[in-house]
Amino acid sequence: MKKNKHELVEKHVGWFAVFAIIAISIGGLVEITPLLFDKQVNEPVKNLRPYTALELEGRDIYIREGCVGCHSQMIRPFRPETERYGHYSVAGESVWEHPFLWGSKRTGPDLARVGGRYSDEWHYVHLMDPRAVVPESNMPAYPWLAERVLDGRLTERKMRAFQRLGVPYTDEDIEGAGEEVRGKTEMEALIAYLQSLGTALR
Amino acid sequence: MSSFWSAWIIVLTLGTLIALMILLKWNMSNFTDVEEGESMGHSFDGIEELNNPLPKWWTILFWACFAWGFLYLALYPGLGNFPGLLGWTSSNQGIRSLEESREMTAQAIAEGRNVQYVRERQRAEEVYGPIFQQYASLSIDEIAKNPEALRIGQRLFLQNCAQCHGSDARGSLGFPNLTDGVFNWGGTAEHVYVTLMEGRVAEMPAFLDQLGEQGISDVATYVLSLSGRAVDREAARRGEQQFAVCAACHGMDGKGNIALGAPDLTNNVWLYGGSQRAVEETLRYGRNGVMPRWDEILGEDKVKILSGYVLSLNAE
Repeated sequence: MKKNKHELVEKHVGWFAVFAIIAISIGGLVEITPLLFDKQVNEPVKNLRPYTALELEGRDIYIREGCVGCHSQMIRPFRPETERYGHYSVAGESVWEHPFLWGSKRTGPDLARVGGRYSDEWHYVHLMDPRAVVPESNMPAYPWLAERVLDGRLTERKMRAFQRLGVPYTDEDIEGAGEEVRGKTEMEALIAYLQSLGTALR
Repeated sequence: MSSFWSAWIIVLTLGTLIALMILLKWNMSNFTDVEEGESMGHSFDGIEELNNPLPKWWTILFWACFAWGFLYLALYPGLGNFPGLLGWTSSNQGIRSLEESREMTAQAIAEGRNVQYVRERQRAEEVYGPIFQQYASLSIDEIAKNPEALRIGQRLFLQNCAQCHGSDARGSLGFPNLTDGVFNWGGTAEHVYVTLMEGRVAEMPAFLDQLGEQGISDVATYVLSLSGRAVDREAARRGEQQFAVCAACHGMDGKGNIALGAPDLTNNVWLYGGSQRAVEETLRYGRNGVMPRWDEILGEDKVKILSGYVLSLNAE
């Protein structure tokens, strides 16, 4: 009887798994590893600055409240999108983002360049009750953000973590960052974060 | 991308494709001594495995996929730094600033490069450019009387302005009504245009420390009396004596100052509410109305049409 070499994978699930893993990892080796070393995704755009302590806290509230579930932060290079939102997003704007909040679902509008588009006052009214300014909106209201106050206990440690990940915070930036945000409301932090979005490429 | 990583991608991609083709070819021959179509000698749950070749249609599809893959990699960017025979790319990449973006766009157009996004913009420019062009020579006041321009203006308004000023442009508490003929920053074409292009920041300071609670209440009463409201005249008289601090911006007669965006207090139009309580709150904590700037988001042409639209809302 001839030796059926294909039996190696047909009858041995271990070998089958090994080959499957090799096949899949080639995809990652081709698509992911070169990007880790690519200038385009590692070099910040010219005017990029790290988040201030307050903005950073606001970003965490953005994550906590699940804003990313309904709002993307990724303007694609299509004219209908850039007409509405502004210049398409580029990699250099996200080099200090950990994790990315690009999102993949737009129930609400994209927020990649919402910074400066509305006044702080508008954001306050809108977050308290979206229908007060946009009657057609189906966004939930977030009134508790105006009541809850930041204690700044973890702010410095968060900034240290970002520093370790390569965000250029200086020790002076981090020193007293907790003090800086203490007493501010979550609303203020979130609005500060929103107002910073997309302003580096403008 | 460095040439090392470019080569890395090319070798792995093409290597995998070729290896898969060899694997497929290899799998098409019969490795058993069982004749094609005969039983392999085992059955599971009464289903017997026969030694059949790969289905024809499936094999053909497999080869067709290889052909597609090679064709795609030849035409489009996929193999490292090789740009593809079509020279196609979705957008200008690796830009670090808006100036760089503009430069690369101009360059792509000059060199006739196949940048999808740039071409999309160019095609749109060919269609919509002339439409905006015909209004470029008109003045804002003329635009305000041009029905077609106003239809465009309304669409732009609904998309960009309605979030604050409302779809009917009547505003809401803290966001100005644009239909009542009252413009804190001036209501001429020129003023409205500048407001839209450059934005406005109004600064009403907080007066609690300076006036005290009693003073706040008195001044609020006086302010209400300016628009002919029935008020406690004694309190209004006391308020009038302290009105000098307000007059710096709102004028002695309370008629406001468009250079500062200080509202006219005599017209009974109240951006932040016209009750005694609302006016007191304005005095106590101050107000900071902000109109964002739209020059870079919308550009001159659209701002001009929008200015005309806003003016038309106030035409009697």
